[in-house]
Amino acid sequence: MNTASAGTLESGDILIQIAPSEAPGIEIELQSPVAAQFGRQIKAVIEETLSGLEVNNVYVKAVDKGALDCTIRARVSAAAVRATGKDVWKD
Amino acid sequence: MMFVPGNNPGMMADAHIYGPDSIMLDLEDSVTMAEKDAARFLVHNALKSIDYGSTEMVVRINPLNTPYGKKDVEAVVKAGVDVIRMPKTETADEVRELEAEILKVEQEIGAVGRTQIMAAIESALGVVNAYEIATASKRMMGIALGAEDYSANLKTQRTPGGAELLLARETIVVAARAAGICCFDTVYSNLDDMDTFRAEVELIKSLGFDGKSIINPRQIEVVNEVFAPKPKDIEKARKIIAAIREAKEKGSGVIAVNGKMVDRPVVLRAERTIALAIASGIISEEEAL
Repeated sequence: MNTASAGTLESGDILIQIAPSEAPGIEIELQSPVAAQFGRQIKAVIEETLSGLEVNNVYVKAVDKGALDCTIRARVSAAAVRATGKDVWKD
Repeated sequence: MMFVPGNNPGMMADAHIYGPDSIMLDLEDSVTMAEKDAARFLVHNALKSIDYGSTEMVVRINPLNTPYGKKDVEAVVKAGVDVIRMPKTETADEVRELEAEILKVEQEIGAVGRTQIMAAIESALGVVNAYEIATASKRMMGIALGAEDYSANLKTQRTPGGAELLLARETIVVAARAAGICCFDTVYSNLDDMDTFRAEVELIKSLGFDGKSIINPRQIEVVNEVFAPKPKDIEKARKIIAAIREAKEKGSGVIAVNGKMVDRPVVLRAERTIALAIASGIISEEEAL
């Protein structure tokens, strides 16, 4: 597994960086203008998406710019696929 | 049909607020090679999660002969897209190849026959084969002109009057009508020149197109204004339809409205005017009766 990122810092988007970690589980560092209101929800979506892709033992840095849940899922999936090299779509 | 870049989540979330008839999320030309994978995830998740209401959802995929095309098909069919727009279509075989790819995914998820196809015609060969393309599959719902690639292929460039596009536009309308499907005109990309844009929309409406592709919400109002039937046309259409109904009940043959003979083409035009008035939200279905 490599370090990889997906997303942008534009409004409505989220920048996700994923790196392998020696610690077990998923560690998330979140920056968001709505962290107080939605921080728990954003982290839950990130964790759920990574678990669905069977990606564990990672450090995730997320810089949120007001992304919808579907955008968070898409950016985490793209970063995870880039980091692991496995794709969910068939050629 | 409003084009929205497939790697811009902000635009994708807001696009339907402006009320386009359909939204085309783009995975092709507006997305760089390095972001094709990320855009595919975005479009897939947006289609699954965002409530676009009654707006028809179209996705322009990458050509099937690129490393992205088949993955695009899988991602958008699984997300329940209404229509896949195939770019740079040149032959009926290409449509059939796309149809086979769609069917494979639909069979996997148990939703056979759900996805429709729109083919973009963007080359001289595509124009020559327009009718074969339009009739290549039962899933074909429309054909569309892509004028930038087409004019480059003709070794010319776009002009304000659009003389270079006339044959392609007329061929596409004729092919669509012969096939019984819809036809959509190309985009006009100079947002600062709304007068030329309006003239182009008036031209393509008179040629017979069902709609115009747009790149910005500012263009929606002009298209709706040009395509929406005028009150006097709606009133005339109502009179014609009422007169025909009455004539049928009485068993009489040829009829006249306001001193003009009403034959089948006139009735068809009246029915289309009423259908457009309903689609434009000018009258309700109940009012049309």
